Amino acid sequence: MSHIWKMVFKRLGLGFLTLFIVSLLIFLATELLPGDFAQEFLGQSATPETVAAIRRQLGLDLPMHIRYIQWLAGVLHGDFGTSLANHRPVIDLIGGRLGNTLFLALYAAAIAVPLSLMLGILAALFRNSFFDRFVNASALTSISFPEFFVAYILIFWLAGMGGMFPSMANFRGDPNFLDMLYRTFLPAITLTLVVTAHMMRMTRAAIINLLASPYIEMARLKGMTPMRVIVRHALPNALAPIINVIALNLAYLITGVVVVEVVFVYPGLGQLMVDSVAARDMPVVQAVALIFAAAYVLLNLTADVLATLSNPRLVHRR
Amino acid sequence: MSDTSNDTRDPLLTMRNLRIEGRADDTWGEIVHGIDLDLYRGEVLGLIGESGAGKSTVGLAAMGFTRDGCRISGGEIRFDGIDLTEASEATKRHLRGARIAYVAQSAAASFNPAHRLMDQYCETPVQHGVMGRTEAENDAVDLYRRMQLPDPEQIGFRYPHQVSGGQLQRAMTAMAMACRPDLIIFDEPTTALDVTTQIEVLAAIRNIVEQFDTAAIYITHDLAVVAQMADRIKVLLRGDEVEEADTRSMLAQPREDYTKSLWAVRSYARAEQPPVAEGTVPVVSIKSITAGYGTVDVLKDVSFDIHQRRTVAVVGESGSGKSTAARVITGLLPPREGEIRFDGEVLPPDYRRRSRDQLRQAQMIYQMADTALNPKLRIRELIGRPAQMYLGLQGRKLTDRIRDLLSLIELEPDEYIDRLPSELSGGQKQRIGIARALAAEPKFIICDEVTSALDQLVAEGILKLLDKLQGEFDLAYMFITHDLATVKAIADDVVVMKEGRVVEQGLKADMFRPPHDPYTELLLSSVPEMDPDWLTNVLSDRT
Repeated sequence: MSHIWKMVFKRLGLGFLTLFIVSLLIFLATELLPGDFAQEFLGQSATPETVAAIRRQLGLDLPMHIRYIQWLAGVLHGDFGTSLANHRPVIDLIGGRLGNTLFLALYAAAIAVPLSLMLGILAALFRNSFFDRFVNASALTSISFPEFFVAYILIFWLAGMGGMFPSMANFRGDPNFLDMLYRTFLPAITLTLVVTAHMMRMTRAAIINLLASPYIEMARLKGMTPMRVIVRHALPNALAPIINVIALNLAYLITGVVVVEVVFVYPGLGQLMVDSVAARDMPVVQAVALIFAAAYVLLNLTADVLATLSNPRLVHRR
Repeated sequence: MSDTSNDTRDPLLTMRNLRIEGRADDTWGEIVHGIDLDLYRGEVLGLIGESGAGKSTVGLAAMGFTRDGCRISGGEIRFDGIDLTEASEATKRHLRGARIAYVAQSAAASFNPAHRLMDQYCETPVQHGVMGRTEAENDAVDLYRRMQLPDPEQIGFRYPHQVSGGQLQRAMTAMAMACRPDLIIFDEPTTALDVTTQIEVLAAIRNIVEQFDTAAIYITHDLAVVAQMADRIKVLLRGDEVEEADTRSMLAQPREDYTKSLWAVRSYARAEQPPVAEGTVPVVSIKSITAGYGTVDVLKDVSFDIHQRRTVAVVGESGSGKSTAARVITGLLPPREGEIRFDGEVLPPDYRRRSRDQLRQAQMIYQMADTALNPKLRIRELIGRPAQMYLGLQGRKLTDRIRDLLSLIELEPDEYIDRLPSELSGGQKQRIGIARALAAEPKFIICDEVTSALDQLVAEGILKLLDKLQGEFDLAYMFITHDLATVKAIADDVVVMKEGRVVEQGLKADMFRPPHDPYTELLLSSVPEMDPDWLTNVLSDRT
């Protein structure tokens, strides 16, 4: 097992290096945005003198590399700076919203991952049957529509006409856990519809890819049922690609849900990111982008470790 | 093995006029043309033929199973009164594993890499409801012991990749025995093994089949092997039966010409050459080579010479370092110690530091012509590219050269020059591999197991061709092989390797004449012979 720990530490180190490079890219990208906070804040009619004054006050007039080093030094101490827009510490702004984003992502994943695994296995079992085609066609249909369209359709049917679920997913009035599940049901279902197709099709493909293997033929010649052949003999060998595609989709659930958050007025990180970019509130943009990058790095690391653990040839060396 | 004249009982398995079709490009073509077969309890039937003869297809049909893209199109398969062509999937599933078991060619590929041997063993008896898990585990240990597996108590708790090929093949036979089936299909179970391992597996299989009086169909292309295992032999050719007889009379007097030609294959041998004169500079000479991957030394202090117009056969089991030696000579694996000389001149160890002319002089022909030829290129490009790159041939001259090369390898230039590799047979692909090596006009060619993937008749054609080309172009060959029959046929000198060291080297004539090094002796005595009593005799000699 020691070589697995070695791999984890090596990958963590590389992850930090990646994050460092990402931080540089984020900083450069925000610099490339036209205008800065001072201009956005004061609007069209501001005089050059007041703009310059605000810049000086906020330290925006310093050369880029100095601002980067100052920011990076802060981040390394856990200080993401203060928001330019409302002067609150960035960490406070992000804290609650990060929780909300993770809650919604986990909620959607808890539905989508088991569902897509099950559908993928069944589609592989009944490959080329009507069921297989139906599942594939539905999954492709749901992934082909833009998220906001799926969201509005769900709102129309489940919130508007039936009135079963709320169309706005906010957490006003300190709801309990079940209440939260109820209020965020529609966004979770929307996200499920968006990510299921990818995972389900990968599961199906990874399993079918193995069906020509000699050990699958052997299992059939041992008189095993088709279900057992798929679940017991093909699936364990197909885990690595499936785990990777799940990790990719989880990362998407954390970082790519802006549209869904906007439609359902859900207070998540995505909305915060978009608002802050519009206001040129750079400390917030940088912090959120860094969190997104960290989510990708961590999920991919987890996926690699799990994929390694799923392969006895890598765990139990000769 | 039981008495085969016992025809008064009903046969366990009968096939009548069995026809099987295979699909290619959306059209169905018949690949098995009406086979009849009878197998009695406790009897072993040998099924032999070249690739494409339909041996495996017929063997699998005995389980009511066809591979994807095949279907049973006519005839009857009756196992113990059950018609397998009519039976439901569920009925066949209950038979498979429980009453008819299968032992595959490559145990390494046929064991599931995700599960321990024991879990895969127990699956059959537990799922078929024959016995419980604990009972099955105890039974497995007993069978592992009978199959003479090392550490039978513990070996079941290993994963397939932790067990050697010969052991896996025995574990697979034990697994097939789990439910004490009436019939086992052995599909080339020892083809992928080294001779010294093969003999152990053959002995263990024969032993256990006798102990449980199990009927078996033993599929192989190796006549000497089938002679040890079978009571009766059936010869197949392109989906048709050629003849069937009991083993001894089949070996003594084969009736059909095709069977006789199979028997005659091993008689090819190249004329003996005198030893090299003292002081001749060898074409290739490696001295005290130590090389390996990572921290492991695969070659330890290996030295040998290869002279002009001579063939040096490098013999050894898998893992003995034969192919690594080839990689060192070609510069793909720079050695840790030692030097490589070409025509007396020291070569840079790394191929990237060798001159184009030095690279041109040494060419290689691979075991798998299938994977060694780029499937997207036509023959013209496959052969033309080295001629263009090394000799700078262009246009008309290049085409002429390609046509000459095709004539040399005995393929009609007009017919083959614009074909793709997929439009060639296995033997023809290997000929293209030879032409590609010749295109560079080398002095020295490494042949890495070039005939081991081919049928015997085709392989013999390739050996003859290589022999002819050597005479014509004064080539030096390094011939890597694990097959001693090939060594007998083509070599002048022999280098025997074991665990990265040279055990013995010298003239072929000396090597096949006693006294031998003990390891060479073991290798030589492990090569199956056409005598049905060979295995019994060897085993009793060794104990």
